[in-house]
Amino acid sequence: MNGAPVFTGVGVVAPTGVGTGAHWSAVLAGEGALAPVDRFDVSGYPVGVAGLVRGFDAGACLPGRLVVQTDHWTHMGLAAADLALDDAGADPAELSEFDLGVTTASSSGGTEFGQHEMERLWAQGPGHVTVYQSIAWFYAATTGQISIRHGMRGRCGVLAAEQAGGLDALAAARGDLRDGARLIVTGGTDASLCPYGLVAQITSGLLSPCADADRAYLPFDVRAGGYCPGEGGAMFVLEDPESARARGARAYGRLTGHGATFDPQPDPWPGPPAPSYAPSGEGLWRAVEIALDDAGLAPADIDVVFADASGVPAADRAECRVIRTVFGPRGVPVTAPKTMTGRLYAGGAPLDVASALLAIRDQVIPPTINVTEPADAGIDLVGAVPREARIRHALVLARGHGGFNSAAVLSA
Amino acid sequence: MSVAVTGIGVVAPGEPGVKPYWAMLTSGRTATRRITAFDPAGLRSQLAAECDFDAEREGLTDAEATRMDRSAQLAVVAMREAVRDSGLDVDGGDPYRTGVSIGCAVGATVGLEQQYVPLSDHGRDWLMRSATPAPHLYGYMVPSTIAAEVARAYGARGPVGLVSTGCTSGLDAVGHAMRQITGGAADVMIAGATDAPISPITMACFDAIKATSPDNDRPESASRPFDRDRRGFVMGEGAAVFVLERTDRARRRGAHVYAELAGYASRSNAYHMTGLKPDGREMAEAIRVAMDRARIGATDIGYVNAHGSGTKQNDRHETAAFKRALGPHAYDVPVSSIKSMIGHSLGAIGSLELAACALTIEHGVVPPTANLHTRDPECDLDYVPRTARECDVDVVLSVGSGFGGFQSAVVMTAPGWRR
Repeated sequence: MNGAPVFTGVGVVAPTGVGTGAHWSAVLAGEGALAPVDRFDVSGYPVGVAGLVRGFDAGACLPGRLVVQTDHWTHMGLAAADLALDDAGADPAELSEFDLGVTTASSSGGTEFGQHEMERLWAQGPGHVTVYQSIAWFYAATTGQISIRHGMRGRCGVLAAEQAGGLDALAAARGDLRDGARLIVTGGTDASLCPYGLVAQITSGLLSPCADADRAYLPFDVRAGGYCPGEGGAMFVLEDPESARARGARAYGRLTGHGATFDPQPDPWPGPPAPSYAPSGEGLWRAVEIALDDAGLAPADIDVVFADASGVPAADRAECRVIRTVFGPRGVPVTAPKTMTGRLYAGGAPLDVASALLAIRDQVIPPTINVTEPADAGIDLVGAVPREARIRHALVLARGHGGFNSAAVLSA
Repeated sequence: MSVAVTGIGVVAPGEPGVKPYWAMLTSGRTATRRITAFDPAGLRSQLAAECDFDAEREGLTDAEATRMDRSAQLAVVAMREAVRDSGLDVDGGDPYRTGVSIGCAVGATVGLEQQYVPLSDHGRDWLMRSATPAPHLYGYMVPSTIAAEVARAYGARGPVGLVSTGCTSGLDAVGHAMRQITGGAADVMIAGATDAPISPITMACFDAIKATSPDNDRPESASRPFDRDRRGFVMGEGAAVFVLERTDRARRRGAHVYAELAGYASRSNAYHMTGLKPDGREMAEAIRVAMDRARIGATDIGYVNAHGSGTKQNDRHETAAFKRALGPHAYDVPVSSIKSMIGHSLGAIGSLELAACALTIEHGVVPPTANLHTRDPECDLDYVPRTARECDVDVVLSVGSGFGGFQSAVVMTAPGWRR
């Protein structure tokens, strides 16, 4: 591969909408999708607001046997991959099968499917565990099913780095293209909004206990008190630029830089008692420097930053410090459209990448909603209204629980 | 640019450590037994190859032993042995140039299930409203915690990730690490894999598809890859971790180089999540590309470490793949499966097998396929039955095959070997 790989297809399945059009119009309108969880009774938990994907019917877009054999997380991953391939106008059958790969991020696998099967095992006995548990629960289920569904016989990959994994998967896809692949389906989704998934997330101590959907997730705000979880994510078609040009594909943008680092957490980590998530920011700063260097860009070239936006005050402060250090006080517009969806774990950074590509396409920065009292005056946080701007290069930041930092540069 | 293996750490079934591991593999002894981790009564397969692992004896602190799932404990202990072995000066290098790549198929299933049972009142409460304290549960739900624990225990600040591609994870994590080094993202990678799947839920899910052996009355000889009378794989657990670094850097600091990682490739069959086509086409393609990247020919290969899980479809599939990729040399080269001795530890096994490959090059001994008495008539290669074989080996091929249809191959050479 010569040059940076190009994004030729985007598929979104997110709380803000199914399909890029629905997602982007909701985001530009500042329509928050956080809401009380109504999928099961959450009255017993110290949390209740989340970003659920509404209007997604797996049975309407996937064969019935696939729906039965896979978890909700894989349903959304398969649907997003279908949308991305369709958007790219790419028919895998027309390309050489070994040149097509799949690399996704997973943060927690088939949580709800796994809970059902553990229930069968412990309440009824080992003979009641279904034959699909072995292929639905594990973290590679989505990648494997996408490969099978589209006849993609190149390298398949799965990376886990909690919320940072979504960017690392894109970088791994770029590595495969450099190694000779032509087209990779990449990105990530997550779905852990079942009782087991939510109970586990609560133990991190990082979720917001606030029951008011408009006040529960306020990153960078003086009132910040944790985050809301969400589900869904985005998948992309990432291609060798020459190969994309040869088939006349439209390009949303290019993946020009990536950097990943790790911040070892102080002892004891994690918990008890949670939370102890207090990154210094040094690792994130280094990840940004590495990504900019990789892209051959200077800080002044970056036109917008899509923030990780933890919502945990100490982590917000660290991110603000990094952005101020690299770009100077109010040196770059910063936005957090995830204020509309919550944090989607493996799907979170891919959804930000989707929004960044659409921002580059439409030359408009999406809004950050509900944040009305910014804690750091040195950050030029885009408010509740989209901002028109010249956007050639966007920086997307993502941090994963435990110390993962990742940064990606997307360019027009 | 080639990548050197300068440190090896192993926690395998039996006694932890590289020395006991190699002694077991070359003696042809097996570590498969009736499960002791929990009472397996009621399961179809009640067998496993278990690590005799004591967290305190292996130097983990109370906090580490309490916080970490078994999969992370095994990985951290293996990492520490590898780092000691490599002579790497942890404080001397740039921590941002040292990364971690750990493979794991099923994550913290032991921890997840142990927490699930009281929280759900033994599966009776779907909403899991019990007030049972579960401070580490989120860390168990996200498997990236395993890689984070290794990175934290070492002090790595470079690119860190968990690679989770089912049963090829142990090869793919090393392949990922090779690329981090050759692509310039890191100078040193702590790379390997771990899995601790001997828990009721994992055993039950392989029971359901009848993939594991029901030979409960003869545990020590239940794993019989390539044998006519094989009856499925035997679950295993363990971890193997390597210190990988740029070969020129390793030479400059005078490190002992066990072997060089010369080529890696992976392909997928896009056919079935668990089924394999008998022709071995995609595994053969992975082998072909890995050989190509390593700039070797089939006849250079002196030993093939097989996936050899002991299921009929696997053994025939990969025998066909070897013939397709290596041509007539497939009949001449020794091929063996150490799963006959240490079982199949899912995501970990690929790295445990690479450790065996590096030790094969180091010591000039090919480990055998234990329990192989009568070959499957469709498996007609030289599987090194029951007894280790002394022979100088310069180039090794190791393959893996897993759920999702993934097929991976790694070529490893003796240090400095050039065709």
